Amino acid sequence: MTTTRRTLLRTSLLAPAIGALAARGARADGPLRVAFVYVAPIGDAGWTYQHELGRRAMDKALGDKVSSSYVEDVAEGADAERVIRKLATDGNQLIFTTSFGYMNPTLKVAQQFPKIYFDHATGYKRAANVGTYSARFYEGRYLAGLIAGRMSKSGIGGYVAAFPIPEVVQGINAFTLGAQSVNPKFTTKVVWTSSWFDPGKERAAADTMIAQGADIVTHHTDSTAVVQAGEEKGVYSIAYNSDMSKYGPKTCLTAVTMIWDSYYIATAKAAIEGKWQPTDVWGGIKDGMVALAPLNSVVPVEVAKDVTAKQAQIATGLLKPFQGPITDQDGKERIVKGAALTDQEILEMKWFAAGVQGKL
Amino acid sequence: MPESLPGAVALLAVLVATLRAATPLIIAGMGELIAEKSGVLNLGQEGMMLVGAAVGFIATAATGSPALGLLAAMAAGAAMALLFGVLTLTLTANQVATGLALTIFGIGLSALIGVRFVGTPIPGLATVLWPGLAHASPLWQQLLLLDPLVWFSLLLAPAAQWFLYRTRAGLIVRAVGESHDVAHALGYSVLRIRYLTTLFGGAMSGLAGAYLSLAYTPMWVENMVAGRGWIALALVVFSTWKPGWLAIGAWLFGFITIAQFEAEAAGLSVSPSLLATLPYLATIVVLVLISRDAVGLRLNAPAALGKPFRPTV
Repeated sequence: MTTTRRTLLRTSLLAPAIGALAARGARADGPLRVAFVYVAPIGDAGWTYQHELGRRAMDKALGDKVSSSYVEDVAEGADAERVIRKLATDGNQLIFTTSFGYMNPTLKVAQQFPKIYFDHATGYKRAANVGTYSARFYEGRYLAGLIAGRMSKSGIGGYVAAFPIPEVVQGINAFTLGAQSVNPKFTTKVVWTSSWFDPGKERAAADTMIAQGADIVTHHTDSTAVVQAGEEKGVYSIAYNSDMSKYGPKTCLTAVTMIWDSYYIATAKAAIEGKWQPTDVWGGIKDGMVALAPLNSVVPVEVAKDVTAKQAQIATGLLKPFQGPITDQDGKERIVKGAALTDQEILEMKWFAAGVQGKL
Repeated sequence: MPESLPGAVALLAVLVATLRAATPLIIAGMGELIAEKSGVLNLGQEGMMLVGAAVGFIATAATGSPALGLLAAMAAGAAMALLFGVLTLTLTANQVATGLALTIFGIGLSALIGVRFVGTPIPGLATVLWPGLAHASPLWQQLLLLDPLVWFSLLLAPAAQWFLYRTRAGLIVRAVGESHDVAHALGYSVLRIRYLTTLFGGAMSGLAGAYLSLAYTPMWVENMVAGRGWIALALVVFSTWKPGWLAIGAWLFGFITIAQFEAEAAGLSVSPSLLATLPYLATIVVLVLISRDAVGLRLNAPAALGKPFRPTV
């Protein structure tokens, strides 16, 4: 079953009546009703697309035990609250809200529907019936940096980033540290677009950094524009969220991707069995939540081997991307040799590592 | 090698990027400027650009010819404008409300028709080498490769200026925008003229949208115009309906956007939030400064803008 926001809003006048009926019916023994709220259109790549893949995997794995639906392109804020409330009154029993800006709307609606389970992606506020989940994107970024450090000739990377929030800063630092682990002189240029999605701006930002000497570009924005810029200019790129190799068949080296499949399957299963808990899941390479897309054939075998080895070390915890010593841009030592940043320190990261050229 | 990049070439790269960023704003803005000069206020730019972007992309994907894509985009933009015209000119609906509705409609419609084409590869718009530079160094050639629509946008301001102030047709358009009753009394068909300018505005918006989906970032994704229609609209008003100032405003906006990226990439220590507001701030300040002259503003603003016209035989 698919719903768009438009049809949803059109029927919202009838919502109270239908909702009351549906809510009563929902407790029957039928399949678990699961709903997803997406921040963007699904498209064929990107943040929302990965969540949709997770939803489909859940449907496939649990068969007739679940019945899922989604609403795409829901703006963060007041719109989101209306949509989430509508999904709750419609009798959904488990609702995934997949964008940071849904945090407060999710909590607000959750308060009014204590019997419905909510899970909110990338947030930090939880409640008796609200859990959170996110992925350690930075582990994938470290591996991407490793590849960048080995493949770049100029030793300059270009990073198109949306907003200076910890989640993005972690990625930039991990990428830079990964690259510096093989090329200590590697620097990363950062350009902010102040928008998660503006292909034109992302493109112009990538073009600018390429003109200034970056010979590998990556992005923490939602479109494929940076990969396309690289392909056109003959400059390597590393994609984010989804495999974007078809947009840069010659130059896109890999992608840092998020795989939510197993998390959605496990959470839905827990809800069916009545074992759902308001957990705080922060999975990484070890959990299969973060992975690299297949490497481009231009990546030499020894580089690929190195990546595989480091990936295994990250999975076992032998290698930590934020392992000391790390100094920041101003020369201040953030973590001493032999120690690693704690999860809390990573979650609150508001500084750039030395070698990052940009400002927060 | 950034160190060895000559300053002139770097500057040139910024200028080329500026021209490219300003192109959709100039094309869409100039179409709207002509329409507003005839008294039609169409706030549907964003929607018409999106439909143009989607249709242009689909036509190119289907035929393999970007030229046909551009034509299809113009036709699609004009069709959206025709819808607007029927509602506001013939049925005298409120222009502001109808224009806003057109934008919302365009966002939904473009997403609907484009949904199967997300991620389809297409041949982008071919680029044109500056005359006489075929033997220049490859670096210069790389920088100077511009697509035809950028050239087109450069010619638009003088062309619009000439049309409005040097031709009889332009005079009639302005007369209709100034006072439709007088123009009607003089024997001009107000509605026919307004239909023509509205269709022209729609076609230009469609073209501007296609520039985004065929040349600037050759791809289609939902909502890819990302607010540029609104910026084009604002530029028309802030330029006090002067084609030259519209182009200058668009270039200024494009330049500061690009300069922001350049400054950040070069490692300039300025808050990114401040830099992100600069294009808007600077464009508004400059255009407000040039439109300080209240008398000139009143002379330039089409007096009948947004007012419905009911012909009284």
